[in-house]
Amino acid sequence: MRFVVGSGSCGIAAGADKVLAALHHQIEEKNLDASVEITGCIGTCYLEPIVDVYVKENMKRFVNVDSTKIEELITNINADTMLDESHDLVSEQLYKQDRIVLRNCGLINPEAIDEYIASGGYKAVETCLKEKTPMQVIEEIKLARLRGRGGAGFPTWFKWNAALKSPGDTKFMVCNADEGDPGAFMDRSVLEGDPHSLIEGMMIAGYAIGAKKGIVYVRAEYPLAIVRLEKAIKQAREKKLLGKDIFGIKGCDYDLSIKAGAGAFVCGEETALIASLEGERGMPRLKPPFPAQKGYLDYPTNINNVETLANVPWILEKGGQAFADLGTDKSNGTKVFALTGKVKNGGLVEVPMGMTLREVIFDIGGGIVDDKAFKAVQLGGPSGGCIPEALLDTPVEYEAINKTGAIVGSGGMVVMDDSTCMVSMAKFFLDFTCRESCGKCTYCRIGTRRMLEILTRITEGEGREGDIKLLEELSIKIKEGSMCGLGQTAPNPVQTTLKYFRHEYEEHIAGKCSAGACEKLLTYDISKEICVGCTVCMKVCPTSAISGLLKKPHIIDQSKCIKCGHCIDKCKFKAITKS
Amino acid sequence: MTCKCSGGQSQADLSIDLGKASEVLNSYNSENSNLITLLQEIQLAYGYLPEAVLKLIADVTGVKEAKILGVATFYSQFRLKPVGKHLIMLCQGTACHVNGSGKIEQAIKETLGVSEGDMTSDGLFTYINVACLGCCSLAPVMMINDQTYAKLTAEKVGVILKDLRVKEAI
Repeated sequence: MRFVVGSGSCGIAAGADKVLAALHHQIEEKNLDASVEITGCIGTCYLEPIVDVYVKENMKRFVNVDSTKIEELITNINADTMLDESHDLVSEQLYKQDRIVLRNCGLINPEAIDEYIASGGYKAVETCLKEKTPMQVIEEIKLARLRGRGGAGFPTWFKWNAALKSPGDTKFMVCNADEGDPGAFMDRSVLEGDPHSLIEGMMIAGYAIGAKKGIVYVRAEYPLAIVRLEKAIKQAREKKLLGKDIFGIKGCDYDLSIKAGAGAFVCGEETALIASLEGERGMPRLKPPFPAQKGYLDYPTNINNVETLANVPWILEKGGQAFADLGTDKSNGTKVFALTGKVKNGGLVEVPMGMTLREVIFDIGGGIVDDKAFKAVQLGGPSGGCIPEALLDTPVEYEAINKTGAIVGSGGMVVMDDSTCMVSMAKFFLDFTCRESCGKCTYCRIGTRRMLEILTRITEGEGREGDIKLLEELSIKIKEGSMCGLGQTAPNPVQTTLKYFRHEYEEHIAGKCSAGACEKLLTYDISKEICVGCTVCMKVCPTSAISGLLKKPHIIDQSKCIKCGHCIDKCKFKAITKS
Repeated sequence: MTCKCSGGQSQADLSIDLGKASEVLNSYNSENSNLITLLQEIQLAYGYLPEAVLKLIADVTGVKEAKILGVATFYSQFRLKPVGKHLIMLCQGTACHVNGSGKIEQAIKETLGVSEGDMTSDGLFTYINVACLGCCSLAPVMMINDQTYAKLTAEKVGVILKDLRVKEAI
């Protein structure tokens, strides 16, 4: 018997560690002939912790496993349960997806290189090194029409070709694993669940551009990802897949190192990332020269993100055409989305480009939590925008999403219901970009702050006539007056919410937040009919705004109420409403 | 950086043991390392970047103090103040925001009686906000010393913090 426990960061947060400990304990206590292994995140985060039980070739999957009920789980495993094919929620989810990037996540042990090799790993790079020229590798990527998955969607082959053609013997291959978009975690999942696919992608890319050194720039907030990648690199070196004379080919050297980022969203921008690698403040510089000409330490450098590189071994193994066949005309292959927010089946989903937002959110995501009304979906993080219900049939591909004003970005897909206030959402993103602006360009540094101030006063009930116009003007100026992608896209959340939810802005300025999210615009009331006069709300009110006699309905003095919401949280009778 | 004209180290820095920093600096190789890696190692050793140590780095490496402080203040990972035994990192990512991280923030502040970035007077807790911990499907989320707590509610936060306090008291 073999137990495999999903142990990505999210699985562990959901209790995978406790499940692992309980399994070990039970096996020892019952003296079972069984082994326990780990695997990465399979993507169905809402079903974590997940335990796969293997008896010979049969597998049975258990979801939402309770660590206190492991004994029961083990006792119930018998020939009948193993043959029971019903109710595997994970497989049901995976059936609707096409998995290239996440092909091994949640299936193999990320800490065992042999499992990656057994799944066909490192064959693609071996073929490249032994049978293909760098130019042939680039041609294959060109045929696949792979575009950068980090945000901009720039053709990958073009960057590789530029780096290959750039003169010089010393070149660097850099992986951007500084997943800074709050709301996206596919790169973390690949690093934690299938680090060898990234290493292989880095090797192929390194060979294609003529680099002997690769650097993976990982976020410091991803400690587990760093540990797993370190282990994977060590194992690859032991197998002579990294280092000198790899695959026994004389003179074929390639090695990888890890640099932990120190937390700066702007470092997702190539030139800022290079500055950070060099130990400087991560501030972008003007292009040209492009990194392919003058990058890390002034040497030709190519930078791709994790998801892009994880596609590469698959493309080289199956052929560029197989990849190009998936997706739409201009957006080929698949895209991983981090489906989160008010959606039932939250997690990572990988779908062919061109699937509609509705299919992703409702068919795969299962719809909205508590079956509330869908309001909008936020795509592309702080550089992206909010897409309303009317555009739910937009296919997820670069061009179509750009037309809505949002971007595909790195694939964050945050679903919102009618309790989400769109003005407050725009404020949330501006607060982020304002803090993360490196400060180099005046419009980005000061303009985003002015926008944030305006949005703050609108959400606090102090919006003025003309504020909307001011936001629109500032949006255009910040876009025009900023050098890098951060500033150029910072107004997107405001522009898209103004485009699709303008009435909410107007409503706020008139003193109302219909989503009931902006505390200062709300009025709290106690229903005379429901209130039993238990005095609990009176006791928790920090400003003594509530008064009333025992067993008599209470009232709120609106002039004293600071709208903290304590009373509503404590009222057992749901007698208090906010509107 | 300390103003040199005011007479060297500030009061708080006098108690700093520079030995740990010297050790880190001894293994510093200007060719293969960079300032960020160095500062990360220093922070690992002290829990934060003490002013006196930054000055020592400048003396040993020849990098200007202003530049070191420039890098230290640019990245959100670096802290110039000591942190408590338990570092609470509350995720303020989009998914957490949509799922109510605001209430969690309020609960942490009320339970501990501190503002964002501050340490409790007993030195047990420091509370900071972070951009995203990447556990978006389990939002709202916080991390305390590398352990992630998922699907938080204001009540849950109260219990978690109280448990940690109780454990410390034993």
